[in-house]
Amino acid sequence: MDASSVADQLRVEIASDVDVVQARQHGRELAAGAGFSTGDQTVIAAAISEVARNILMYAKRGEISLGVVANGDQQGVVIVARDQGPGIPDVSRALQDGYSTSGGLGLGLPGARRLMDDFDIASVVGQGTTVTMRKWRRLPS
Amino acid sequence: MDVPILKQGHFLIASIQSALSDADLSQLREKLIERVGRFRARGVIVDVTALDVMDSFAVRTLRDIAHMARLRGAETVIVGIQPEVAFAMVQLGLTLKGISTALDLEEGLAFLNQHTQGRLDEKGERGRIERG
Repeated sequence: MDASSVADQLRVEIASDVDVVQARQHGRELAAGAGFSTGDQTVIAAAISEVARNILMYAKRGEISLGVVANGDQQGVVIVARDQGPGIPDVSRALQDGYSTSGGLGLGLPGARRLMDDFDIASVVGQGTTVTMRKWRRLPS
Repeated sequence: MDVPILKQGHFLIASIQSALSDADLSQLREKLIERVGRFRARGVIVDVTALDVMDSFAVRTLRDIAHMARLRGAETVIVGIQPEVAFAMVQLGLTLKGISTALDLEEGLAFLNQHTQGRLDEKGERGRIERG
């Protein structure tokens, strides 16, 4: 996103189940501050919860950074979940509903993708995974 | 964050007061299942009105509670799922298939009264539970 500017960067360490709650609460507050509806705040918080949970489950630890971005007449929140875990060998499979290697429901990543407007995964086996997702809202003119 | 569990007649009511971590949710599950036996409960209500997000772990735990309680002879109703939470759950693909839900505590109690014979009969014996 070259044309966009990023502000309000916030970092949350993810190393325990309490951090998952922290991360999604920070995300909700940020989204509220950026003018998102309560419905969208919930959607954003749920997506953060799923990617944070994925970090815990597969990488044990990592971090989530949250920011507000502007792009023309749109404002958005950007969430980057980063870990140095085992990586995802088959990203397209990890994005299929019901696919899980952890005994979970297998809805985390595909679910988060459905909740957000933009969703990208970059993963290298043995090095880690970065999930970047954004939700946009049109600014009133 | 401890979730208070109230006993009302033959029903147990767990009212979640604030956001719960995974450990809190797991603890609630253990506690409820144990108390179903201790209080010989016929019904369980989990009030999630205060939850502003339900992710895959929360939904799985609620499902587990309902299934385990049923194995112990009690019917579970989840009450108070907020509209935005329902919306996000559907988008995530999370369902509570096969699990009873009700709008709020009042509806949940009405449901349990209808679907369990939760009160003692005149001889002080447990009534029969009828399930479809």
